[in-house]
Amino acid sequence: MWDFEFTFEAMPDLLNGLLTTVQLTLIGYSIALTLGLLVAIVRRVPIIGGVLHFVMEFIRTTPLIIQVVFVFLLTPANISAFTVGVVVLGVHYAAYTAEVYRSGIEGVAKGQWEAARALSLPTSRTWGAIVLPQAIRKVIPALGNYLISMFKDTPLLFAIGVTELLTQAQRVGSESFRVVEAYTLVGLLFLVVSIPSAIIIRRLEKRYVAV
Amino acid sequence: MEFLEQQLPRYVDGAWITLQLTVGGAALAFVLAMVVGVLGTTRFWWARAITTVYVETFRGIAALVVMFWFVFAFPDLTGFELDPIFAAILALGLNVGAYGAEVVRAAINAVPKAQVEATVALNFSWFQRVRLVVLPQAWAQMLPTFGNLIIELMKATAVVYLVGIVDLTSVAQQIRSATGETFLAFGVAFVLYYLLAQVLIFGMRLLERRANQKLGRAPAGGGLLSLLRPPTVGTQVGVAK
Repeated sequence: MWDFEFTFEAMPDLLNGLLTTVQLTLIGYSIALTLGLLVAIVRRVPIIGGVLHFVMEFIRTTPLIIQVVFVFLLTPANISAFTVGVVVLGVHYAAYTAEVYRSGIEGVAKGQWEAARALSLPTSRTWGAIVLPQAIRKVIPALGNYLISMFKDTPLLFAIGVTELLTQAQRVGSESFRVVEAYTLVGLLFLVVSIPSAIIIRRLEKRYVAV
Repeated sequence: MEFLEQQLPRYVDGAWITLQLTVGGAALAFVLAMVVGVLGTTRFWWARAITTVYVETFRGIAALVVMFWFVFAFPDLTGFELDPIFAAILALGLNVGAYGAEVVRAAINAVPKAQVEATVALNFSWFQRVRLVVLPQAWAQMLPTFGNLIIELMKATAVVYLVGIVDLTSVAQQIRSATGETFLAFGVAFVLYYLLAQVLIFGMRLLERRANQKLGRAPAGGGLLSLLRPPTVGTQVGVAK
């Protein structure tokens, strides 16, 4: 019933798709980590912070897929679907990471801020040497979870035709009429990546939360 | 304004489908989460094995992939065609249920051990212990994360247009191709999604407050308006989806 010959034929295409999926995840995640941190810091500024909070809340409570399609339709044709996908993915997840960073920053003891002030450290040093190192350390596991979530959200980019794993599966599946194998393999490939990553994150959790 | 007048009924139809998918998916996810989550706290190894396999499988695979599998691969395999809405609810429910099961398991395990020991001392049956002592406490612990999960579920329903269901996202795209008004067509959908999420958040906070009041952890009463701002005590960072 299961066609092994097809499995071997389809594998290169699927692995290619998986590679794109991993690239999307890693680039998108770097955007989310950087942008999220910026947002978390700027959110502390009055008024601008409030507006930013509302924008981020809006991004967080509306579906990623409609955001992707919307931005894709608005961008000029010479920008690739991959670029659009990776940027929207990154910005969407920045709305989540910003909340994670915020909780980390708020968790830094008040005395640390006061000590930095008493030593009259400049703002950049207060953030860079005192607050952020303590805040980020605590939220590493929570941030790691979003890496896995993001990986699992990349199939949505199927909607704008990025040739990631699901798109490839649909292509090889419809060319050969072996739909069952194609989609089952996608599921298995997802597990092959996400289960080991989940184990790594759990290790990180033990290591960082314990201290 | 004219745009809204003409198109609003279609948006409402789309939003109605989105709401049905959310409620259906949430119901299935809730049942799965409760059953599988409780199984994960028992002392039988086979029950815990079921929990682990289910949770790791459906947390590891994107809901969209599961949905495609049910819609395209399942009929090929068995000869039965699934109604797309049913397939979508199944995929979403299985996916969110896996996250929920972990939440339920963790919340039950977080109930202080002395509480369980007290029920043993009072000669409670297993059923009495779970229903009267463990679940009410675990319930209050689960609700904030369930609130996050239901928002994630609502957002995840938007992918169903890829299997041909006419939900809110699908309506927005149809209207956009009919009118060419990208901004307006999508803007209305974004606002409706946002409002739907706010309603869900509000409802979950209501449930949370009731659960805490029953445990005597929150003062009784308190106006509905106070629910509009996030709770200050016990707020936690959302568990990743």
